[in-house]
Amino acid sequence: MDQGHRVPMIGRRGFIAGAAALGALQHPTGALGALVRNVDEAVFTTAFPQKGRMILQRTRPPLLETPFEVFDQGVFTPNDRFFVRWHWAGIPEQVDVATFTLKVHGHVDRPLTLGLGELLAMPRLEYAAVNQCSGNSRGLFSPRVAGAQWRHGAMGNARWVGVPLKAVLDRAGVKAGAVAIRARGLDEPVVPDAPAFGKSLAIDHARDGEVMIAFQMNGEQLPLLNGFPLRLVVPGWYSTYWVKMLSDIEVLAAADDQYWTKTAYRIPDTPHASVTPGETGYAQVPINRMVPRSFITNLADGARVAAGKPLALRGLAFGGDQGVARVEVSADGGTTWGRAQLERDEGRYSFRQWRFTAPGPAAGSVRLMARCTNTAGEVQPLVANWNPNGFMRNVVETTTLTAA
Amino acid sequence: MTRIGILLAIAAAGLATPAFTASALAAPDTTTVTGPGGVTLRSVTVDLPQSDREFPGADAAAVNNNCLTCHSAGMVLRQPPFRREKWAEIVNKMIQTYKAPIDAGDIPAIIDYLAQR
Repeated sequence: MDQGHRVPMIGRRGFIAGAAALGALQHPTGALGALVRNVDEAVFTTAFPQKGRMILQRTRPPLLETPFEVFDQGVFTPNDRFFVRWHWAGIPEQVDVATFTLKVHGHVDRPLTLGLGELLAMPRLEYAAVNQCSGNSRGLFSPRVAGAQWRHGAMGNARWVGVPLKAVLDRAGVKAGAVAIRARGLDEPVVPDAPAFGKSLAIDHARDGEVMIAFQMNGEQLPLLNGFPLRLVVPGWYSTYWVKMLSDIEVLAAADDQYWTKTAYRIPDTPHASVTPGETGYAQVPINRMVPRSFITNLADGARVAAGKPLALRGLAFGGDQGVARVEVSADGGTTWGRAQLERDEGRYSFRQWRFTAPGPAAGSVRLMARCTNTAGEVQPLVANWNPNGFMRNVVETTTLTAA
Repeated sequence: MTRIGILLAIAAAGLATPAFTASALAAPDTTTVTGPGGVTLRSVTVDLPQSDREFPGADAAAVNNNCLTCHSAGMVLRQPPFRREKWAEIVNKMIQTYKAPIDAGDIPAIIDYLAQR
């Protein structure tokens, strides 16, 4: 088997951990050899370096989901619980900070090779921002679609520190006529001639002063699986643009014609990126900015609560590429809505915590909903979108409880 | 060398001779890079887990022989049921787009396996 790099045979560790977790969930221990088709049947792992307990979607290349209860524990997602998603298995297992370099080349006056020391000496930028996979919540699409069967845990919020991409591009001197930058990381395909992962951003976006080359995440260096030592941060845009182990920036004088921008990660150019299953012939555009979402974090589907007793709810919301203007909560399946109290504002691109006390529910089934409106007036839809890639879910989610 | 190791080395050098201390301080630090504000980046070495899980079943030889080069089995086994045409489309994408080195003779068996799970 061509692994492309060192392959220690320690995979069993993950499965032993997974099996233990399954046992705790009363799951048949034979399930590891069978199919797992229910997205709620999580298999947990603690086998990944610099990571705590995560939902194992795939070992190689890693797809690790944040268990949902983590989102109830604070507005920032701890680095060791932050989700992980790689396209190719050729991931370096060693990064030497003394020899690592970031190259800037292409349509520039002065090609650069920057060491980490040079980057650390440049002016810095800091903000909180949500990093969310394009396919977050894909496992909830109906009809179901192919791809990583994430529930809501392919997202996280962190405080990022780094250098504005603009400053690095200015240092290289972008030539007139540049139209885009393409970012590449150290990861490589494991088979010959396959398309190495890279994503491009329009040159004006790349130079907006906010897009960041981050070297810190929540006050620490990034975990290797989250992109150590450098990661592009594109606030308000989906994670596919947040290139990990960023090592190469090419300034392009023509549109990016490579697979990952030209063909992959495209959405229907329709409201909510939504089409009818089986529909064809619609225009497509590269996925881009995120849209508002909100989640109840302190109660899960199936929870039992006391009838007639006020229900204390809390959760998270984010506005996509805008701040959170308001969060409304319904405890009656969307018939009536009350306004939640917003907690501390950590910035436009951050998660925002909220809390709400719902009137005591009558005995029976209770359908809770939270709905975010962002500062541009965009509100979460009540009907789920659908597209063949399972991208951009942002329907108002429903948590169903039983009051007794 | 860990940061503590370096500090110990510098301390030990300091006890020796001043000249040796200067030399030790000037030596390239291969472990950390520090910038203004006390930001320090430290070299990292990890072992990424590898999966030894195989696709189950008596008809799994073709998928096990071809598909595990690029990815472990878990994500595939978590997919919802799809019609044969959808699996054919996915397998074709693996070959055409992602250059999966799949033996042409194994393609029908791979699609059959995936469609029948």
